[in-house]
Amino acid sequence: MSDVNPVPPDGEDILLRVENLVKYFPVKSTGFFGNREHVHAVDDVSFTVRRGETFGIVGETGCGKSTLGRSVARLHDITSGRITFDGRDISRISQRRMRPLRREIQMIFQDPIGSLNPRRRVGSIIGDPFAIHRTATGTERKRRVQELMERVGLNPEHYNRFPAEFSGGQRQRIGVARALAFQPKLIICDEPVSALDVSIQAQVINLLADLQAEFGLTYIFIAHDLSVVRHVSNNVAVMYLGKVTEIASADDLFDTPRHPYTGALLSAVPVPDPDHSDQRQQIVLVGDVPSPIVPPSGCRFHPRCPKAAPVCVTQDPELEPRLGDGPGHVAACHLPMAQGENLADFKPTIGAEERVIEPEGVLTADALPASGDGGKS
Amino acid sequence: MSMVPEITGEGSQATLEAAAEPPHVSRKVIRGRSPWQLAWERLRTDRAAIISAATITVIVLFALLAPLIAHWLGHGSNQQFVDIGEDENGNPVPPSSTFWFGTDSSARDLFVRTIYGARISLSIGVLATLVSVAMGTVFGLAAGYLGGVADALIARLVDVMLAVPFLVIAIAVASIWRPSFWLVIFVVGVLGFTYPARIVRGQVISLKEKEFVQAARALGAGPLRIMFVDLLPNVMAQVIVYGSLLIPAAIVSEATLSYLGVGVQPPTADWGAMISDAQGYYQYGFWWYLLFPSLALLVTTLAFNILGDSIRDALDPRGGGIYK
Repeated sequence: MSDVNPVPPDGEDILLRVENLVKYFPVKSTGFFGNREHVHAVDDVSFTVRRGETFGIVGETGCGKSTLGRSVARLHDITSGRITFDGRDISRISQRRMRPLRREIQMIFQDPIGSLNPRRRVGSIIGDPFAIHRTATGTERKRRVQELMERVGLNPEHYNRFPAEFSGGQRQRIGVARALAFQPKLIICDEPVSALDVSIQAQVINLLADLQAEFGLTYIFIAHDLSVVRHVSNNVAVMYLGKVTEIASADDLFDTPRHPYTGALLSAVPVPDPDHSDQRQQIVLVGDVPSPIVPPSGCRFHPRCPKAAPVCVTQDPELEPRLGDGPGHVAACHLPMAQGENLADFKPTIGAEERVIEPEGVLTADALPASGDGGKS
Repeated sequence: MSMVPEITGEGSQATLEAAAEPPHVSRKVIRGRSPWQLAWERLRTDRAAIISAATITVIVLFALLAPLIAHWLGHGSNQQFVDIGEDENGNPVPPSSTFWFGTDSSARDLFVRTIYGARISLSIGVLATLVSVAMGTVFGLAAGYLGGVADALIARLVDVMLAVPFLVIAIAVASIWRPSFWLVIFVVGVLGFTYPARIVRGQVISLKEKEFVQAARALGAGPLRIMFVDLLPNVMAQVIVYGSLLIPAAIVSEATLSYLGVGVQPPTADWGAMISDAQGYYQYGFWWYLLFPSLALLVTTLAFNILGDSIRDALDPRGGGIYK
């Protein structure tokens, strides 16, 4: 849809450009004629990542942020759209031709237990990149693996241990070492710290920051913890139900959120100061995230949005810059928040039937008006 | 066997450490153990496993040493003792100091034939199981990991194999080609691949969603490497368990085929064929003729089954049997 690039290049060094990326997953076929339903995991997402930056992606569980990360790494075949990595279009190339490129795009996974093969020794897990790409064998491989282990803060003598013999933080370091083997250009961190204790989170985040400074890495940092994302990211994209609702620099996003969803997310961030925490107004969103199989019409956030107006039901908002925002700050909202505005003061101006959590798309026949008085509630 | 020096080795090391340390300091060395080491420790403290393993060892020794024992007894496996091996009516003679298990209808030494039968049963049981397990693992990995067309083809093949009775195929194949040792291995082995294939396929389908498989893909590993380097070690435990339970099944299948006359052909000594020969004599009081081959078959399959169960328990990480 929008061919405008949300973050204008301005001659900057763009490492990754994602344009109108769509990823649908087929679910069980329904209906007599076997019409396939799809989970709209990622729907028309565009963003750019500059070389050397950390690009944060936040959103609730199930909003498609992990699918987005895996699609960029081409672990999924994408439904449509274009991914340009380091000047090369990688959106359609085969898995076989993708293989050499995998040295340059690496991933760190969320689950420090599940992402390491429980039946293989750590040395062989970290040595995998060398074995797969046949770049080092025998003692040379062992030496490089032990170098990597040392670099990420593991004891190289633990080369022959099994993943189960390490703590969660150490296991995540193993995952980091494996991703680091080829000094890739881009590392996609898929919730790398959300399974760890807070104290360990800080260690791993500091390790990632050190490595970024040392090797000039670029990160895509996927998380649901806003404070972590603010700490590590230069730019942040907020996702809701497969769509990007807002992109901004980290400080801009946290200081002047434009999208009501961002506002609601920010109000949910715990504040360490209890006095301040009491004064603050929390915006509790009603209902659950609607089904990604039949997403709501218009703005996908409208059934839960405190500012929802009729236009939100009918028109899908585009990512647009607003007056007074920092460069590159765009939000997909018809009624963006003003600075210092309190979302709790608003009441939606759409009919109650639009706000039910079940989307009206269920009524497939066009004969039925979308907001019909039929007892669909 | 190899356990003895290992225990003394550990013991001497422990005493050395105890001498170096003050006696009141209990220094506990925590050593990392692989899942296989843990399973081995569970297995060797399981009494049923020890007894069945010992039984299997005895049977294997008899099978291996059968020619030596036959030589020592002076009774060949196909040698007919027309003078002392049958009574005046030409019937088998009961167990005695000369013929420990008595003789059969052709005046041959039943003991020597029973231990020779163990050679056939064990070798076919193990080799056919290897064929089944190897085929089942490869097909299961391919079906589970590749999915799609490969999965559909393999699943239909397995369905067809399970739908047609084993004996019908076995008898058909044996009547097309001349029955032989290798044909029996082929028939029993190929027809037995369906269960390991199903088990491996199911395991792989759940494993391939794990992040370590995605991690391997992200590193650029191809499907073959993922199947055999990443997934295979994770299904090995199940494969070994089903393999150990397939051995007795294969032994029984082999005995069934030779009982029906489409297995290993006479005069080769074989338990199934011996049972088949003996059943016409049993009702006239020649009990030993039926008893000893049947007992050999029963003890062998029972020992393998119990050992297989113990291996399954040992490889199940929830089993925690070491501290019982």
